Amino acid sequence: METVLILGATSDIGIAIAKKFAAQKYNIQLAARKAEQLVAIKSDIEIRYNVECTAHEFDAIHYHTHTSFFENLNPKPDITISIFGAMYEEDNAFDEWDLTQMMINVNYTGVVSILNIAAKFYTGRKKGTIIGISSVAGDRGRASKLIYGSSKAALSAYLDGLRNKCFKDNVHVMTVKPGFVYTRMTENLPLPKALTSTPDEVADIIYSAFKSKKNTIYIKWFWRYIMLIIKNIPEFQFKKMKL
Amino acid sequence: MKTKIANWGNYPVIESKEERFVFADQLDTLIKDQQPFIARGNGRCYGDASLSARTISTLKFDKVLSFNADAGFFECQSGITLDQILAVIVPKGWFLPVTPGTKFITIGGALASDVHGKNHHVDGSISNHVIEFDMVLASDEVVTCSPVNNSELFEATCGGMGLTGVITRVKFRLKKIETSLIRQKQVKAANLQELIELFDTYKDYTYSVAWIDCLKKGAHFGRSILILGEHATIAEVNENQRSNPLALPVNKQIVFPINMPGWVLNKFTVKAFNFLYYAKNLKKEINNIVSYEPFFYPLDKVLHWNRLYGKKGFVQYQFVLPLNARQGLVEIMNRISDEGLGSFLAVLKVFGKQESMISFPKEGYTLALDFPIRKGLLDFLDELDELVLKYNGRLYMSKDARMKPQMLTGGYPELEKFKSIIKRYNPDGKIRSVQSDRLLLTEIK
Ligand SMILES: Cc1cc2nc3c(=O)[nH]c(=O)nc-3n(C[C@H](O)[C@H](O)[C@H](O)COP(=O)(O)OP(=O)(O)OC[C@H]3O[C@@H](n4cnc5c(N)ncnc54)[C@H](O)[C@@H]3O)c2cc1C
Repeated sequence: METVLILGATSDIGIAIAKKFAAQKYNIQLAARKAEQLVAIKSDIEIRYNVECTAHEFDAIHYHTHTSFFENLNPKPDITISIFGAMYEEDNAFDEWDLTQMMINVNYTGVVSILNIAAKFYTGRKKGTIIGISSVAGDRGRASKLIYGSSKAALSAYLDGLRNKCFKDNVHVMTVKPGFVYTRMTENLPLPKALTSTPDEVADIIYSAFKSKKNTIYIKWFWRYIMLIIKNIPEFQFKKMKL
Repeated sequence: MKTKIANWGNYPVIESKEERFVFADQLDTLIKDQQPFIARGNGRCYGDASLSARTISTLKFDKVLSFNADAGFFECQSGITLDQILAVIVPKGWFLPVTPGTKFITIGGALASDVHGKNHHVDGSISNHVIEFDMVLASDEVVTCSPVNNSELFEATCGGMGLTGVITRVKFRLKKIETSLIRQKQVKAANLQELIELFDTYKDYTYSVAWIDCLKKGAHFGRSILILGEHATIAEVNENQRSNPLALPVNKQIVFPINMPGWVLNKFTVKAFNFLYYAKNLKKEINNIVSYEPFFYPLDKVLHWNRLYGKKGFVQYQFVLPLNARQGLVEIMNRISDEGLGSFLAVLKVFGKQESMISFPKEGYTLALDFPIRKGLLDFLDELDELVLKYNGRLYMSKDARMKPQMLTGGYPELEKFKSIIKRYNPDGKIRSVQSDRLLLTEIK
């Protein structure tokens, strides 16, 4: 049985992905900042799906612990999925450097740090899959997603590059760009129903895209076209818009 | 953000801010907030018991914590549904000790209503099988309750409609099964008298329930089908079934797509339904082996069947009368039949003995009927209430959306004790529902 490492396993999407892979008979390694929150998720997965599941403490911004974190995983995961991210109120972040820095450090620097390590391991082994969750918000910078969007833009570019770098060593890198998702992060936002997916839908789509070795996927498919349109609005026009 | 919510009967509909939690510390934060709230499971109670201007949904708090497949103990968070529990336990040879007529309820909701099943006369209600549970009080203190530990709080919580606190973890005993199949017997009764006799003849069956056609008058008054069942043993099933005796049923669900206009559900459709159901079972007696799903959950196959009653919604009226009040049963059914107020579903069951503070079941006959909301209905039900009280009966709070406070007082002799416990653990009425305000269980501020 193959093993999946899930970084950010206490998030709604993280839990849904863990369950999806466990239901397909993968062993699961859960990693999150608050490891005590993983206890119930671990027992749930083991009992429901009869697979092995372990829990690990992982903090995205404690970069110097990442090497030993990965070294301590036994067995090493065949698939590494990075889901964690931070989203603060953009206006607050604009005013407070600490929040800005935190978003960049979690969403970009933290992911790069851990995925560099995973990628080195996989290229050495000539086998492995990395799945990174970015966002449609990274496709074009907008006022309403100033810091969050730019951190995700950097992440998307990193994942593109990583895919390019690892391809020759038989390591597959998949970029996932969700649009609106019903999660704790968004529960107080009035999201348009037709454009919004549930964490379970996200997990299903990621799993089948992983199976067919897709490169970049949008959840749901029409986000690709929505973002294509947004990307193609001329800048002289775009800068005047409220987006 | 407030949205419109309603429970299974689609009546009443209210505006509510629904919040949820995945981890215990998030619940803690929600409870510390001063705004009054009520816990909400899957909204399968019919009326307003889990409705409030602020609801705390348990549905994301749904993890399995432990399962001892040798001894049959199961421990889980409160928001898991029976459906999900069955998927884990049935393949290992275990079953729920008690299950209501739908598997789409949470274990927290099951306890707060102290649900009963077709086996009440032999196994009691769900609280009889609970080893312990954890609950967070209005003060955000966590307590563990069991029949011996904090026993008063345990009793007031079982059937207490969420008013004592939020149940977070439940540990309970399971029932051993050899197969996932049911050995079913269906017996036709020509009238109520015959049905009551049949209940008596077959009282040793673990599971029993009857579907009654309440619109038939005269000699066929109370024409019905008694449905009996036992968990089938390996020896009782055929070779094919024996190869995978604990198989989970294959789910083929039909979704009822839209709210039906009110006129569809008139007297004729009800009559037609009852007739069809009856005719399908033409023989006096049918014996067969069926999967547990159609046996326990015949309605779950049609997801959202509640839409059949239209936009205005419906109420379910479920009462219990003591065994010696059979005359009351006849009188009430006569009143319904005279009124011509169709009930799509009339389900009769005999309860066994039960001593409890606020749970619904007590020894006697319990009848559950659906009434689509229409003019004059609420007055008519008030009239029925008087009959129920006259015969020493009471109503099921979990199905209620409209009774008056005196109806509750009349039916539950230990109500004052229950109220005093609520006062102690929920002194400022921080935990409250539309129902608890209506029934004066919490003081309206
Ligand atoms: C088709 C159908 C058939 C049914 N058949 C039966 C039957 O045969 N026998 C029977 O007894 N009932 C039956 N019921 C009723 C149902 O079992 C109960 O109403 C049950 O309580 C619903 O659970 P829920 O999870 O949907 O909770 P909700 O409906 O959301 O809430 C019900 C009550 O439980 C409280 N509650 C929920 N979760 C918690 C918690 N974690 N802590 C504290 N309080 C909580 C709520 O405040 C509310 O008072 C049936 C319902 C339907 C729709």
